Amino acid sequence: MSAALFEMLLRLGDNTLVLGHRVSEWCGKAPVLEEDIALANTALDLIGQTQMWLGYAAEVEGKGRSADDLAMRRDVWDFRNILMLERPNLDFGHTMMRQFLFDAFHRAQLAALAQSSNPRVAEIAAKAVKEATYHLDRSAETVVALGDGTEVSHAKMQTALDLLWPYVGEMFESDDVDAQMAAEGIAPDPDGLRAAWEATVRDTLSEATLTVPQDNFAHKGGRTGARHTEHLGHMLTQMQWLQRAYPDATW
Amino acid sequence: MKPDTDTIWAWLDEVPDPEIPVISVVDLGIIRDVVWDGDVLEVAITPTYSGCPATSIINLDVETALRARGLENIRLKRQLSPPWTTDWLSAKGAARLEAYGIAPPSPAGGPKHCPRCQSAAVEKVSQFGSTPCKAHWRCLSCLEPFDYFKCI
Repeated sequence: MSAALFEMLLRLGDNTLVLGHRVSEWCGKAPVLEEDIALANTALDLIGQTQMWLGYAAEVEGKGRSADDLAMRRDVWDFRNILMLERPNLDFGHTMMRQFLFDAFHRAQLAALAQSSNPRVAEIAAKAVKEATYHLDRSAETVVALGDGTEVSHAKMQTALDLLWPYVGEMFESDDVDAQMAAEGIAPDPDGLRAAWEATVRDTLSEATLTVPQDNFAHKGGRTGARHTEHLGHMLTQMQWLQRAYPDATW
Repeated sequence: MKPDTDTIWAWLDEVPDPEIPVISVVDLGIIRDVVWDGDVLEVAITPTYSGCPATSIINLDVETALRARGLENIRLKRQLSPPWTTDWLSAKGAARLEAYGIAPPSPAGGPKHCPRCQSAAVEKVSQFGSTPCKAHWRCLSCLEPFDYFKCI
């Protein structure tokens, strides 16, 4: 098996799994019914993408594990998602700002992955990029509506942006895994996605009358597994409890 | 005797979509191929949305329908590429959606008119609706809410 390919697939699948779970936490308690349905549908797309990425990761690993095993039987230190996605939802504005910052990256990443030299990666990305594009339409529209909304909604969106900005840098981090994947034409170098991402994000945030923070400090460690925030473990106790309490339980 | 693939396509055209039963799985454009591999019938099915919970029900319904016709060696294959698009929805399917009260997908990015009263005065309520494949709209003339089949 290719250790680097397995690692890359975990990073992709864990991003969609952790964000998908976080977004699903809104189900039944979003501010209005339409947003509740939209959030649940977004979560569903992300979990569907997770099945494809982690399903392929399990095949590449070749140890007889399944996508479910990878999702439900690994512990914090084995997760490879970026830190921004494991942050608690906080308020609706923070949830949508996080979604927007990630969607803009996710769409660019998937569009590049759709050109992958690995046909399995390319076909999963070609499927997922359509969904990510739709997510970005909605999250960008919502960020503008709330940012350029009332005094209260504007203030909440600015607070969310200030809180989240130190987490965006991790999306563009590169290490040996990325270098190997880029050299083999399997995945883009994350740093190369930054310019397109910045253009999309700055346009939308300016339309939303929000101020982009100046500081480029970045919290890191999620995508390499070096260190997660304290929030991921708490999230896993909810997400994994059934398989932990009743191993191999089926529907 | 093995039925020819045209006959099988016709049989599959009688299998309703589990969530929108007025159209068939063939109308929806998710049956990508039907071929005989020796004595095994292989049916390639593509998912609409990655996480669509109807996918496993559709597989079950297709298999059940073919078994009811006496076929025993059936293999269902998940085909991801090329990804599903609403361009594959049949004209018959689009007409049935509209008659059922669901505005069919339109490349303009929104419904042409209200499926109930035909008024062009419509507005989006939410980009998502009751299933992953639909958005939620409302008519400003008859004031009824309606589903719009998302165009992707």
